[in-house]
Amino acid sequence: MAEHAVNPDHVREHPTWKQYKWVAAILTIITILEVWAYYIPAFVASSAFVPSLLLMSAVKFAIVVMFYMHLKYDHKLFRVLFTGPLVVAAATLVALVFLLATWIR
Amino acid sequence: MTSHAAAAEGHAHEHHYTTTGLDNRKVAIWSFIGSECMLFASLISTYLIYKGRSVVGPLPHETWTDPSTGAVFKPILNIPITSASTFVLLMSSLAMVLALAAVENKDKPLPANAGWWDRQLASSKLWLWCTCILGATFLGFQAFEFTSFVHEGLTLRRNLFGSSFFTLTGFHGAHVTVGVIWLGSLLAIDYKRGLRPSDTLMVDIAALYWHFVDVVWIAIFTLVYLIK
Amino acid sequence: MATAATAPAYTSSESHGATGLMSWLTTVDHKRIGILYLHTSLFFFVVGGLEAIIMRYQLMRPNMQAVSAETFNQLFTMHGTTMVFLVIMPLSAAFFNFLIPLQIGARDVAFPRLNAFSYWVYLLGGVFITLPILFGLAPDGGWFAYAPLTTRTYSPTQNMNFWVLGVQILGVSSLAAAFNFATTIINMRAPGMNLMRMPMFTWMSFVVQWLIILAFPVITVALFFLQFDRFFGTNFYTVTAGADPLLWQHLFWIFGHPEVYILILPAFGLVSEVLPTNSKKPLFGYPVMAYSGILIGFLGFGVWAHHMFAVGMGPMADTVFGVTTMLIAIPTGVKIFNWIFTMWGGSLRFNTAMKYAIALIGMFTIGGISGITHASPPSDLQQTDTYYIVAHFHYVLFGGAIMGIFSGIYHYFPKMYGRKMDEGLGNLHFWLNFIALNLTFFPMHFSGMLGMPRRIYTYDAGQGWETFNLISSIGAFLMAPAMLVFLYNFFKSKKHGEVAGDNPWDAPTLEWSIPSPPPEYNFAQIPMVTSRYPMWDITHPERTAEIPHSTKGWDEARHRSDEHILPGGGHMADMAPAHIETAAKTASELDIPMPTPTIKPLLVALGMLVMVASLLPFFAGKTSAFVVLLAIGAGTMIYSLYDWLTTPLEEAH
Repeated sequence: MAEHAVNPDHVREHPTWKQYKWVAAILTIITILEVWAYYIPAFVASSAFVPSLLLMSAVKFAIVVMFYMHLKYDHKLFRVLFTGPLVVAAATLVALVFLLATWIR
Repeated sequence: MTSHAAAAEGHAHEHHYTTTGLDNRKVAIWSFIGSECMLFASLISTYLIYKGRSVVGPLPHETWTDPSTGAVFKPILNIPITSASTFVLLMSSLAMVLALAAVENKDKPLPANAGWWDRQLASSKLWLWCTCILGATFLGFQAFEFTSFVHEGLTLRRNLFGSSFFTLTGFHGAHVTVGVIWLGSLLAIDYKRGLRPSDTLMVDIAALYWHFVDVVWIAIFTLVYLIK
Repeated sequence: MATAATAPAYTSSESHGATGLMSWLTTVDHKRIGILYLHTSLFFFVVGGLEAIIMRYQLMRPNMQAVSAETFNQLFTMHGTTMVFLVIMPLSAAFFNFLIPLQIGARDVAFPRLNAFSYWVYLLGGVFITLPILFGLAPDGGWFAYAPLTTRTYSPTQNMNFWVLGVQILGVSSLAAAFNFATTIINMRAPGMNLMRMPMFTWMSFVVQWLIILAFPVITVALFFLQFDRFFGTNFYTVTAGADPLLWQHLFWIFGHPEVYILILPAFGLVSEVLPTNSKKPLFGYPVMAYSGILIGFLGFGVWAHHMFAVGMGPMADTVFGVTTMLIAIPTGVKIFNWIFTMWGGSLRFNTAMKYAIALIGMFTIGGISGITHASPPSDLQQTDTYYIVAHFHYVLFGGAIMGIFSGIYHYFPKMYGRKMDEGLGNLHFWLNFIALNLTFFPMHFSGMLGMPRRIYTYDAGQGWETFNLISSIGAFLMAPAMLVFLYNFFKSKKHGEVAGDNPWDAPTLEWSIPSPPPEYNFAQIPMVTSRYPMWDITHPERTAEIPHSTKGWDEARHRSDEHILPGGGHMADMAPAHIETAAKTASELDIPMPTPTIKPLLVALGMLVMVASLLPFFAGKTSAFVVLLAIGAGTMIYSLYDWLTTPLEEAH
């Protein structure tokens, strides 16, 4: 812990309630949009449905990781420790789905 | 990030010199989270691979009629209920960051013009309680969902959807359960001796775990519930 | 060489602290845990070897009836499982434990009690999975346990339960250790021990920890599916319910291929220590060695389906995985050449460790080349499931991993016990082993190409396999005396070997700067490092003249010295530029706080084992026994875990 004065670029303060409430608001709004999209049959039938839902979910994912898990403000080592495995995991997931899922063929 | 204040006081064993200046426990929890990415990637892949391959219903998004009995099984996923539980889990993450901030800032005196809300924000007990209760509420929603699915004829054994759905969401639920117990222990410590700024790291690693469980749910909600 | 004179008199095992059974059951000292790992895995090596010898006896001639087909299934399953999970991985773990803190200049690992926990879980899990063979109940579905064959429909007895539960338990041990060592290497390095100065063994170990962290969750999930199928009737591998018969294979090999690198990279690291020391030259191409290790790790996650070319994945997948497999040969080849160039122009010392290291280069290259022949799918279709594959991976794992580990044992034995192993017996062991290895596995290339399938318990005469099988069997029988010579040497030298001194091989890295065996606190003063080879900077500056030197990292360390205590205790005033330590004081004389020994990690491991084992009566429908065992196991585990977490690591001073 306590990387204080040694790493001057990490001494920035945490976000506080002021930012957190906006983060929560944005997450809530995106969640509402996701569920809303689910209930528009024309949109569900369109080819934009799946990509837009994946995008919204990815944005939520990134926001939580960056702000709530304060990766944006933390030591860069933690960014490496998280993104490395995340990339391997995502690549494995995509490869497995392409190799085995019947609905993608 | 953590604990500029922590250096000032606290337990001797928290002041170990490390190469990076970061605490061992925090490096370990991030490594653990990396490992968990692979765990949930495997579970989610399997769910996705088995999508549309069940030979009998009930199915997540489609109606299924039993050819031998003529019984009709409606699409089983309950989007309104799950949207509510998703919102609850998101809010628990907000409560968690506020709890962490409250612990970290315990020694900072409130400004003279501090209002009621500022005093609430400074209460680690309040926000830990909120996180625990919201987490438990999420589990309640899940228990309700599981039991109603079983009533509608979907069990672990019924079909591939049942096996992969219950296993995936069950693993997530188990993680939430561990999180609630973990946060409950922090709350117990807070009541017993009071959480101090020197405890920031202890709360932080619990918070990282908690948010990660939330992040996994964000993925599950979209991939399992919303995409048909 | 003058510095050899500073070697202290041999310090007895008393420097490890207390002795006696309880001291071993409660130890949290990484060196003692390393020694526990070493002895346990050598024991399992004998078990796995005996299994192999019985199999080779059965296959010595056509139509032998020494064992039944059922027993043979159990033998090859347990031979593979034992050698992978109970021998090579924990032998590597013995070196992780013993060496990593010493090489990076730390007083212990990041989480000493978690380290003890990893060992106890390994021991108990190993016993759990090994014992059933004495009762004919051992797993019999292959070390890869392909589902659906291993589901309840096709394997209705308890046998496979020991595998699906045992491997899960062993996974807990590996993962706990991996988080521990990854954290240790990131965070416990001495001042100046920058990443590009870490000894190559530590580098390879670091890559391995990440492979474990990322690969083991996948087998964990695959095993949970199989457990749920077997115990709770789910459908993950039930093809009649629509399940994909390839799901297990994919998940298993996503784990299984990185696992191959988990087995080989630590051996690569060990010979990367032995070769420069005995060539009296720095490692050739150090940065490239480190990067190629990382690259092997990364690419290792993208080649898994080359184990499955025969299942018919289609031309696209076959091509992609064929190409990635050939790519991974590049960083591996780079390593081979770097080792050769390390020896080139050096003045070589041919002790046993060096012979084993050179043997690794040669034997692993044979295995690597036969590996490339099945990177190409059409060629693989001829070879898959034949003895050619058996020849290939035994050259990689016996010729590679085991040779490297023996090299490491001979090299590091003096550091562990303060005495050298006998060179004459070592020489005998090496040549017996080397001949036995080639006699056993080289003919398998031919029997495989002649079409002899793996895993058959006997065969008919007249297919051209007789001679090759006879030679293979003779080779396998020769391994027994080789191992006996080794074990005799090992246990004799512990008591009566030549006293070694702190740096008997005149080696360049930090572990050789302290007494042999090291005191419990390792370093009385934490060494501040200026280059890759701190000991040669002192003893042979001419060897290290061309490698970079700096005091980078020292200022930052000093900056924090006021507020912080060193890992494992002690104050920053205890830092000093890298030097040879001769003092043999105790931790308390030096005021270095040591972790308190504790039995709790063992109790948690025991509770976990009982809890998992409760599923065996559940499988047999004995609900009350299940409930009782579950309650006892869970209760012990939760209570001991709580006790552990609420007890500080060190006693208050």
